[in-house]
Amino acid sequence: MIKFFLMVNKQGQTRLSKYYEHVEINKRTLLETEVIKSCLSRSNEQCSFIEYKDFKLIYRQYAALFIVVGVNDTENEMAIYEFIHNFVEVLDEYFSRVIMFNLDKVHIILDEMVLNGCIVETNRARILAPLQILDKMSES
Amino acid sequence: MSDIVEKTLTALPGLFLQNQPAGGPAATKASFSSRLGGLVRGITALTSKHVEEKLIQQELNSLKATVSAPTTTLDLQSTNLVEVCMALTIVSQIFPREMIPAVLPLIEDKLQHSKEIIRRKAVLALYKFHLIAPNQVQHIHIKFRKALCDRDVGVMAASLHIYLRMIKENSSGYKDLTGSFVTILKQVVGGKLPVDFNYHSVPAPWLQIQLLRILGLLGKDDQRTSELMYDVLDESLRRAELNHNVTYAILFECVHTVYSIYPKSELLEKAAKCIGKFVLSPKINLKYLGLKALTYVIQQDPTLALQHQMTIIECLDHPDPIIKRETLELLYRITNAQNVTVIVQKMLEYLHQSKEEYIIVNLVGKIAELAEKYPLFGPSILVLNTVDTYAPDNAWFIQTMNAVFSVGGDVMHPDIPNNFLRLLAEGFDDETEDQQLRLYAVQSYLTLLDMENAFYPQKFLQVMSWVLGEYSYLLEKETPEDVITRLHKLLMNDSISSETKAWLFAAVTKLTPQAHSSNLVERLIQEFTISLDTCMRQHAFELKYLHENVELMKSLLPIDKSCEEIMVDASLSFLDGFVAEGLSQGAAPYKPHHQRQEEKLSQEKVLNFEPYGLSFSSSGFTGRQSPAGISLGSDVSGNSAETGLKETNSLKLEGIKKLWGKEGYLPKKESKIGDEMETPPVPQENVTVENVDQVITKRDQSQILTQSKEEKEKQLLASSLFVGLGSESTINLLGKADTVSHKFRRKSKGKEAKSEETTSAHSSLSKVACEEDDYLNTLQEREEKELEKFSLSSQLLDSESLTELPLVEKLPDCSQPAPSLFADNNMEIFHPPSSTAASVAKEISLASLLEETTEYMHSNLMDVCNNEAVSVSSYKIWKDDCLLMVWSVASKSGLELKSANLEIFPAENFKITEQLGCCLPVMETESTKNFQYSIQLEKPFTEGNISGFISYQMMDTHSVRLEFSINLSLLDFIRPLKISTEDFGKLWLSFANDVKQNIKTSESQAALPSALKMLQQKLRLHVIDIIGNEGLLACQLLPSIPCLLHCRVQTDVLALWFRSSCSALPDYLSYQCQKVMEGS
Repeated sequence: MIKFFLMVNKQGQTRLSKYYEHVEINKRTLLETEVIKSCLSRSNEQCSFIEYKDFKLIYRQYAALFIVVGVNDTENEMAIYEFIHNFVEVLDEYFSRVIMFNLDKVHIILDEMVLNGCIVETNRARILAPLQILDKMSES
Repeated sequence: MSDIVEKTLTALPGLFLQNQPAGGPAATKASFSSRLGGLVRGITALTSKHVEEKLIQQELNSLKATVSAPTTTLDLQSTNLVEVCMALTIVSQIFPREMIPAVLPLIEDKLQHSKEIIRRKAVLALYKFHLIAPNQVQHIHIKFRKALCDRDVGVMAASLHIYLRMIKENSSGYKDLTGSFVTILKQVVGGKLPVDFNYHSVPAPWLQIQLLRILGLLGKDDQRTSELMYDVLDESLRRAELNHNVTYAILFECVHTVYSIYPKSELLEKAAKCIGKFVLSPKINLKYLGLKALTYVIQQDPTLALQHQMTIIECLDHPDPIIKRETLELLYRITNAQNVTVIVQKMLEYLHQSKEEYIIVNLVGKIAELAEKYPLFGPSILVLNTVDTYAPDNAWFIQTMNAVFSVGGDVMHPDIPNNFLRLLAEGFDDETEDQQLRLYAVQSYLTLLDMENAFYPQKFLQVMSWVLGEYSYLLEKETPEDVITRLHKLLMNDSISSETKAWLFAAVTKLTPQAHSSNLVERLIQEFTISLDTCMRQHAFELKYLHENVELMKSLLPIDKSCEEIMVDASLSFLDGFVAEGLSQGAAPYKPHHQRQEEKLSQEKVLNFEPYGLSFSSSGFTGRQSPAGISLGSDVSGNSAETGLKETNSLKLEGIKKLWGKEGYLPKKESKIGDEMETPPVPQENVTVENVDQVITKRDQSQILTQSKEEKEKQLLASSLFVGLGSESTINLLGKADTVSHKFRRKSKGKEAKSEETTSAHSSLSKVACEEDDYLNTLQEREEKELEKFSLSSQLLDSESLTELPLVEKLPDCSQPAPSLFADNNMEIFHPPSSTAASVAKEISLASLLEETTEYMHSNLMDVCNNEAVSVSSYKIWKDDCLLMVWSVASKSGLELKSANLEIFPAENFKITEQLGCCLPVMETESTKNFQYSIQLEKPFTEGNISGFISYQMMDTHSVRLEFSINLSLLDFIRPLKISTEDFGKLWLSFANDVKQNIKTSESQAALPSALKMLQQKLRLHVIDIIGNEGLLACQLLPSIPCLLHCRVQTDVLALWFRSSCSALPDYLSYQCQKVMEGS
């Protein structure tokens, strides 16, 4: 099960965070700092999975942006690793350039893909369908 | 802030204001922007922090309203696709449990929607409901099946989440779906899905993984089901050959599944080959995955590790700590008697480098587990390597544990030091070896303590002080005084906690009788009798008085007797004379602590902060000296004042060996033959080990002659790591080693139980003796009557009370009641009396009583309704977790009942579900038909009823409808709650609702046990304990609302005191108790 989904930049600022298991607000900041710290400390030769407390972190770096997913030990690490890439491909298809001013839309995309800690949709066209309808509505 | 920004910001409110009157076609947009405008205006108008907070609160509330349940419900009914879509997304993320019934029909509707996205989201919403309230969607399982068979892949995939979860909980219920899952996987693997489901030209990889997981769960330990999936798994393994990360993810899952289900050698071989691809891959992520797969797989087949031993060795020294840790995890799983030293050494190396607390706790636990599992086997490999001597070297075990204690220190699991001390005290099989082990421990601790500036965790110091106190006598060169000097140094150290100091002082006390000169001890006593710490002062005084009587001290603290139980007359009967004398001179009788407390409480009306159960347990003494195994159970002593007065039947001591006489302690040695009987087949094994080792090294040498030195080292390491795995002779050996270690474990387990339970055994022994005698006295006359009732299987007895009385009946047969009962049956664990009695008695009752007993109690058959053609009767079965109602419809004429159907109207406080299968062996013929419904309580009530109707058809008449209703009382949902006295104490404090009531009792009920018996029978309360004239009972209202009852007999009044977490329950129960007591 996915416990949380984070997008963090190299400076350690959280761009997007979504928790699928309740974590208290004040503990989130602490968790996020520790998570990004352990990701930043790793080199390219080291593997993309980190054991952190009683769960695992799976991370991928895209330029200055880290995407980190926390999962419990029943999850298949490689499947999540590729899922991150799938997510990035969807973002890439929808946004031409900068995404950080459209965080609401990123949230909509993520909600289409992950619900209650489960991967629920990976088909790119289907993920974007509701968002495209919304866009059309606001244009007209 | 720059000028431009400031100007823009100040202009903003104005801009929004202009926008407001627009309206018309862009109405929604306008309202949105006007809301935003309002917010911006609000923000600019902020004057204080207080106003700001108010604004934020307002904004939050309006946001909540938008996503709240009513709004969402409204949206769900909308015809706008996007609105429905968004509402469903909200429902499947956040939704209050209570609102589920309101939206459930709407969502069920959506399952038939023409658009796949709506159907898919509806299924996901149902998944959410299943997560938070599985009971509420139980009845729509059929719809899940429909979703699974949906023509759209997305909808089907969504339903898999529900199935995965349901199968995880109960795989046997879904075996019939295996075929469907296999077919789906076949289609996915075969590329039958639309192309847009592909990810990097791999068809729906995440869907495949999900299906593989489901199959793995379904095929576990089930050959027939597994056979259905062999083909498709084979195909998956074959197809996943594209060299992309995601295919490895699928392969990994596939291997996992192949090794989870019922094995097929061909598939296992292929899967094992696959793992090779991972492990040998240069990509680090795949290597990690390979190690993980290997760790899982070798639990099934340890020989697989052999194929990859060199890779594993490389990974052990990998620069990435994560890889290293995964490798250690793997090694941990293949540890056996031969390779334990090397593996533990590797783990210790890692341990010394890690800083994170979670890792340390985890690793320390594993090391300790291994070290304790193979305490004397570890060294054998060392011996083989050096080939000098054959004497096992105890150093390894002690040193490993030293490392564990000094690193794990105060964060490790408390079981670790306890187990270690137990192992050390109980020893293994050879007494001389045990002594050497202990001696080595003592010596190593002394060396550690002599080191300057060394810091040790408190737990480690506690272990040291116990070992030094017990086993310093083994030292030849150093005198007890030397040891006491070191302990004294520690005692004076300010950084040591007072708990540890208590341990240290206990060690000093043990060593004192052995010491020749008493100067140091006297100084210590002097220092600590004026200590500010009351606990230390107490210890110092104890030592002082013991020190004055060396003979007594020596018999009280015998050398090396920590495993032997010291029997104590817990009732302190030798003081009876003294007490009687005191009483005759006008002293007030002693009141037990809880009684005093209660009286104080009733006077002051203040909160009770003391744990209720405190005075019942004997922890006061054993807490301090528990490692020494001394138990000074003082349960009955609380009543010694009364016993001294009355000399009645409450003190029965036949069962207790008298060890405390008028002269003091009467020691008597007992030889424990049973424990020394087992001797292990150690020597033989060492020979075989050697052989294997040679075989392996020979083979290695012949294979590679021109190897670099480094590689040779690795080979050597490999051969020591993987001893005991693979090749036929080694497999044999593995088996052997395993049995030996099992023996160890079993034995120590027994001992553990013994040593841990000594105290409770003690107390329960005396308690059982007392209690049973009480029962005997009071119940003997009633016995016959009661038994008569039993054979009639009278209706209001629960299984508990049913089974308990036969034991009482049986007692006269046993000439020596309690002790012989325990000794003969070889029972090692004693629970509080009632439960032991119950378990023992269960068998007796099953054999002798009730021919057609069923597991649960049930009521008599009663008529519900009838007409000229059929009669409907019903009965209740009080199951442990629910109330089961059975209706039986019988045709009077003996004709066949056609399509008889029973329906129950939903009732407000209950959850009623139909049950299939028969609980009672009732004849089901053509003319009768049974219906079963399980009823669960949703809300407590006082009186409730359920109603329904029966419709049936006879031969060729019209269908007839017959209505009925049945009363249910809350009593139908009361079940005994079996807890210990201690738990009772804890629970008691945590409940807020209490009710007290005094009931006048008649003569016959004056004795407490009989009163309690009645409550137990009539109201299904569980009697936990009887202490003097007080009794503790507990019950629970299904599903799980506990209620506790404390009752006390005072002359002819029975004082009842209820506590519960539910406010209505105590009232109700007290009323029922009154009814029962007055009615009898």
